[in-house]
Amino acid sequence: MAVLKVLVVDDEPGIRSGVARILNNFRVGYSFVDEDFTFEVTEAATGEDGIKIIDDDRPDIVLLDNKLPGIQGIEVLEYIRNKNYDMAVAMITSYASLDVALKAYKFGATDFIPKPFTPRELKSSVENITKQLYLKKITHKMNEEDRKVKLKFLSVLSHELKAPLNAVEGYLKMMQERQSGDRIEDYTIPIERSLQRIHWMKSLIMDLLDFTRIRLERKDEKIEEVHLKDIASNAIVAIRPYAIRMEVGINLGMKSDVIIMADPTDMEIIFNNLVSNAVKYNRRGGKVDIVIDEDEENVILLFADTGIGISEPDRKNLFSDFVRIKNEKTKNIGGSGLGLSIVKQVLDMYHGSITVDSVPDVGTTFRICLPKNSINFK
Amino acid sequence: MEKSDFTILVADDDPDYLFQTVNNLGRAGYKTVAVESQAEAESVIQKMKPSLAIIDLMMEYEDSGFILCYKIKKKYPDVPVILATGVAHETGISFSLDSESEKSWIKADRYLEKGIRPEQFDMEIMKLLKL
Repeated sequence: MAVLKVLVVDDEPGIRSGVARILNNFRVGYSFVDEDFTFEVTEAATGEDGIKIIDDDRPDIVLLDNKLPGIQGIEVLEYIRNKNYDMAVAMITSYASLDVALKAYKFGATDFIPKPFTPRELKSSVENITKQLYLKKITHKMNEEDRKVKLKFLSVLSHELKAPLNAVEGYLKMMQERQSGDRIEDYTIPIERSLQRIHWMKSLIMDLLDFTRIRLERKDEKIEEVHLKDIASNAIVAIRPYAIRMEVGINLGMKSDVIIMADPTDMEIIFNNLVSNAVKYNRRGGKVDIVIDEDEENVILLFADTGIGISEPDRKNLFSDFVRIKNEKTKNIGGSGLGLSIVKQVLDMYHGSITVDSVPDVGTTFRICLPKNSINFK
Repeated sequence: MEKSDFTILVADDDPDYLFQTVNNLGRAGYKTVAVESQAEAESVIQKMKPSLAIIDLMMEYEDSGFILCYKIKKKYPDVPVILATGVAHETGISFSLDSESEKSWIKADRYLEKGIRPEQFDMEIMKLLKL
């Protein structure tokens, strides 16, 4: 239960005690909030006293009579806004002149309560104000969290982009200073390594493009019948040169031509990432089995490898941004750490799911389930 | 003492950075021991006492560098440790080792940005080795 502090500023004692009596026993609940709100009322007879309480106590809600003996209600409201206090203010007015109303509006009054008011009118107004306060607070909190996630993403990203540049720069300096000799052959390793790092950096940038694409683009118009066999074949063709070097065989198994309604690029993202992972994290002479299957409602995709496997603790963060499993076996494998995170985001859009089964040094199987009729995007 | 009397332990999981650092240190005249992980570094310090250690912050774990610093200082309090990383710059968490409380927490003698010039790096090392 949350208690909101209410300050009532009014020179009529009857109004003040009335407000206190009504609100001290009042409780507000909303269907979308777990906790109820109750109220604790403090009173001030003048604007000057009100400001003192506002400075010291920082009430959540201020009920403000405009016509006060010293400074006017509207001036108190102005004071609150100039101080940038985060408070909801409702003006209580007996004769609401247009002038006062406009000024109050300009200074961000949340509500107007006409005087005299019934307990019901007061309650209804306070209920409304409370709801606005709550939503404002939640929005603020969400923006803050969003901001932190973005900052973290950017800082890791810049690290991932800077490391390869440092490496290439270092090798170029070695060459510039002729550190290993005068012949180009003396620099075979630095050249190979530089090309490798640039290649990985390029794939990171490609992944980033996928990443922004799935977040920004509206898809509805891109939905079409996608033959998953074609998508799988293309993914296999793309990875084949690498697979041959790794001596990894790739088999594609399917009962019939499975068709799904989707944006073909999304399906490419899924297949490209999972097929290339299955090859990259395999052992020499291993194999990859891709199975495309379907039942009444879902398309089922299996990507099974005979590779290094993923330990139980590593499986937990597998689908987060920039997570790369670092160990002796993965140290020479390049990757952005974005692939599975991107796959997961694509699947979320299609209301699909991905699960992983893995035994270290035996192999890993990713299982994807995609509902056939999921075109109403989130 | 000559530079060649000193053995520097370098720990970094970026094989290229490791190669280049070891290369630069070798050209400057030092002996080096290179390792690619916190685990390897830990087993090295069981067997030998380096004259100085240069450690990357993020290896197997985000705080591998801090843990290694702590372990080296515990075993060999007189071995200078340099934390070499690009992380402060990018995360905006900038910390230097100026205050005593930071020193006791991080346990490193120097914090150096990756990508500084080899000559500057060497000067920092010479200062720590009192050369």
